[in-house]
Amino acid sequence: MRPFDRTLGVLLKRELASYFATPVAYVFIVIFLLMAGAFTFYLGGFYEREIADLQPFFTFHPWLYLFLVPAIGMRLWAEERKSGTIELLLTLPVTAGEAVTAKFLAAWLFIGLALALTFPIWITVNVLGDPDNGVILAGYLGSWLMAGGFLAISACLSAVTRNQVVAFILSVVVCFGFLLSGLPLVLDLFRGWLPQAAVDAIANLSFLGHFDSISRGVVELRDLVYFALVIGFWLTANRIVIELKKAQ
Amino acid sequence: MIETRELTRRYGDFTAVDRLTFSVEPGTVLGFLGPNGAGKSTTMKMLTGFLPPTSGTAMIHGHDIRSDSLAARRLIGYLPEGAPLYGELSVLRFLEFAAGTRGFQGREAIARVEQVIDRLELGEVRHQTIETLSKGFKRRVGLAQAILSDPPVLILDEPTDGLDPNQKQQVRRLIRDMAPDKIIVISTHILEEVDALCSRAMIIAHGRLLADDTPAALLARSRYARAVSLATPDLQAAASALSGLDEAGEVEIRRGLVTVFPSGKGDLFRAVSALAEQSAWPVERVQLEAGRMDDVFRTITQQTAREEAA
Repeated sequence: MRPFDRTLGVLLKRELASYFATPVAYVFIVIFLLMAGAFTFYLGGFYEREIADLQPFFTFHPWLYLFLVPAIGMRLWAEERKSGTIELLLTLPVTAGEAVTAKFLAAWLFIGLALALTFPIWITVNVLGDPDNGVILAGYLGSWLMAGGFLAISACLSAVTRNQVVAFILSVVVCFGFLLSGLPLVLDLFRGWLPQAAVDAIANLSFLGHFDSISRGVVELRDLVYFALVIGFWLTANRIVIELKKAQ
Repeated sequence: MIETRELTRRYGDFTAVDRLTFSVEPGTVLGFLGPNGAGKSTTMKMLTGFLPPTSGTAMIHGHDIRSDSLAARRLIGYLPEGAPLYGELSVLRFLEFAAGTRGFQGREAIARVEQVIDRLELGEVRHQTIETLSKGFKRRVGLAQAILSDPPVLILDEPTDGLDPNQKQQVRRLIRDMAPDKIIVISTHILEEVDALCSRAMIIAHGRLLADDTPAALLARSRYARAVSLATPDLQAAASALSGLDEAGEVEIRRGLVTVFPSGKGDLFRAVSALAEQSAWPVERVQLEAGRMDDVFRTITQQTAREEAA
């Protein structure tokens, strides 16, 4: 028996190699950095606030991820189906669970790399003032976890179709639902006829609420567990979809 | 050993593979032969664990493809239909990946990869991106990936498709070299390939097994087996004289040859030669025909189609 992690490592390496063998990686990183910068300085009023923190930077991450993460996730399985390589991959001695996990981890690490490359903004804020670097670190952690949630949704929905555009649109819609479930726009729909406990439960599903508390520097176990559960749920769904309809 | 039991795959009302039961011993090169859509690829997809059977199952050296799929897949090298590959990777990177998934590491992985690059003559394209390769090279990269771990079972869906005659020859040689201690299952629609390569052939149409025999035995079923053809200027006269022979059945004139089919009595070749000599025909050529695979194939597959229509 080979250990799980070695096969996982091989699959992970292959995935990452594919990112950097195509323009996908470079285009994504450049666009991500440009948009993160633009949002922070123009919409977030980074300078005008005259507060030494990265709040205007992190505030826009959910909206940035809403479109950019499905763009990474849409190809994960849809492309394998379209090119037929899914048949090659799943007839190798690897399990569906290993393949699903490896694809997710590769994409998540890749997004992590893009996020890490925003470090100049961290340097900037440290040069200009005296921010609480603990809060900033928590912000990065929360941002990366939230990206993982979006990615797990996108990966799963990418497995239901061979068409990347369909995968992208489905993912954006579902991610949007998860983002908004904490806002009055959605909650008001339920408030009139659902018991308060159910409304609270829906509000609690929101990415925004959990991300906000982490990005303000409050790293609570329940927020970490929340993102872990979201990722775990969607990856399990992903594995089931692959096992049920790998040949379709 | 591969053993299938009532292996069946349905898509809605359509039955792609219909209760296929057979077993294959090591040392066999088994050829799946059949028209397009006969169920060859579907059977291979089930044997390799990609497609779950609707009913029935198959065992690969004792491992059930349904309940023990991972162990079964470890024993199989597979070239899927159309040889799908990760086009954005280089040949070397791709083969290193294949070696990794087979559990090879470090020095051993490099040795394995070098060995298949050498065996399939991929040296000149080793650093090239797969999607820029010609069809023939792609097919060979797919084959390289399948044989890399030297698995006891090889399942190759149309291994010589898209290759030029020299490359075909080379791949056939490779398969023959590996044959003695392995089970090799190939599918093909090139009939001569079965004769050149396989020790056993199965004709499949509409998902059903129609014939299962050695290529020689299948060829003997051809009406051309042991027929005699003769080239002479006056074909009509020769034909009518030949049809009088006890040993002769039907007589046919085609493309400047008169062909006599055996009736089953006596030695047709000797009888024809004797008659030609007696009648002093200016004979340019006499030949003993071998069975023709396309003839056998047509007879068997069309017979079933007719039976089904009736």
